[in-house]
Amino acid sequence: MGIGIPPGHMSYDPAAAPAARVRMAGREPPHMAEFAGEALACVRAERLVFKDLSFALSDGGALRLTGPNGSGKSSLLRVMAGFIRPAAGALTWDGATVTKDRETHGSRLAFIGHLDAAKPVLTVDESVRFWARLYGADDPAAATTAALEAFDLLRLADFPVRLLSSGQRRRLALSRLLAAPAALWLLDEPTTGLDAASVARLEAAIAAHRKTGGMVALATHTDVALPDAETLALERFAPTPALEANE
Amino acid sequence: MIRALRAIAGRDLRLALRLGSDTMMVIVFFVLTVILFPFGVGSSPETLAKIAPGILWVTALLASMLALERLFAGDYEDGSLEWLSLAPVPLELVVLSKALAHWLTTGLPLVVAAPVLGLLLNLDPAGYGVLIAAMALGTPALTLIGAIGAALTLGARRGGVLLSLLVLPLYIPVLIFGVSAVDAAIFGLGAGPRLLILGGLSLFALALAPFAAAAALRQAIE
Repeated sequence: MGIGIPPGHMSYDPAAAPAARVRMAGREPPHMAEFAGEALACVRAERLVFKDLSFALSDGGALRLTGPNGSGKSSLLRVMAGFIRPAAGALTWDGATVTKDRETHGSRLAFIGHLDAAKPVLTVDESVRFWARLYGADDPAAATTAALEAFDLLRLADFPVRLLSSGQRRRLALSRLLAAPAALWLLDEPTTGLDAASVARLEAAIAAHRKTGGMVALATHTDVALPDAETLALERFAPTPALEANE
Repeated sequence: MIRALRAIAGRDLRLALRLGSDTMMVIVFFVLTVILFPFGVGSSPETLAKIAPGILWVTALLASMLALERLFAGDYEDGSLEWLSLAPVPLELVVLSKALAHWLTTGLPLVVAAPVLGLLLNLDPAGYGVLIAAMALGTPALTLIGAIGAALTLGARRGGVLLSLLVLPLYIPVLIFGVSAVDAAIFGLGAGPRLLILGGLSLFALALAPFAAAAALRQAIE
């Protein structure tokens, strides 16, 4: 499936970006990045959600997070994003601990959670262009057009967001992935509310992202095609009942 | 950095213009409460003239607090704050940009409205220039201090009440020097030093608030 991502728009403006951001762009020279977690544990509301969880992602890699509700998929993605500090274990990018420098880590990743971060009074185009500008796209207007095209929102570009359906809002949130490119995509249930055609567009976007060396971690209950993805079943890392009782 | 600041402040200004509610609320509150005073304390011009600087500052303080709760709440509730925190700029700059837009939409209108309301309260003509200067120098401190409170109370139930409790005591220095600057001008004393202190308070808040508020936002996102 051909989606309209011009090759140029994945690059960064070196003048506007801190050095770390340029390095992470992973384009030229080809740079093998590795994002890994080692023996991670996460505590939410004084309850141990998972423990001894390890994973590794390298260029072009994908990680599928599965598990029943409440098994900690969202928590793990938030740990990966640096929003939550892991209670134990280490999170590393190319061997460097990321929790020490959240800002640099944040600039490497894009996070799509349950919320669509959509402002009802802005138009579709304005919403996406804001993120493109903030994330330092070379040409925010072109990046926005390409991103909207990829998720079939171009004809809605001048509509205010409040008129969109929930599936269209979801596509709006996903289109920011392309407008504000990052090396690591963290997607929490990205297909919620999407129709089959839109899921296909998302799959195509992910495939294109991985082809350029990007990484994806995705939590889902539905089938999203992720060729050669590693699966991380969160229920395997649930704390044993005895241990939970000790907490 | 400047580009990000312009992007965020521009977006917030655009949102404020389209919604219009915050600016209107602040101004309407300011005007209505000031109008109430002649009914409460009597309409004798001498009495009003005497207490005018105090009334104007106290009501401006309360009015500016009204809109504070929404400073980060909208972005927090719809998930934008997570994206803002991941942007390739320091979160402190995000706070600063949002505070700038917030001051332009809620602080600046107070500066503009204050002299008009001064007329209503029979403020001494000698006080107007200093009143405008003092408001212009003092309201940025209100917005910046308020940003710390707004960030700290994110996600709290009844955040508005908590916000007032946190922020109002910190507003007192601005109130004291704001009122005394206008009084000093009316009595022919030099208002200069008091204005300098007001400006100093704003600069102090400018140096401190972005860091404190950003730390609080990181907690809120967790």
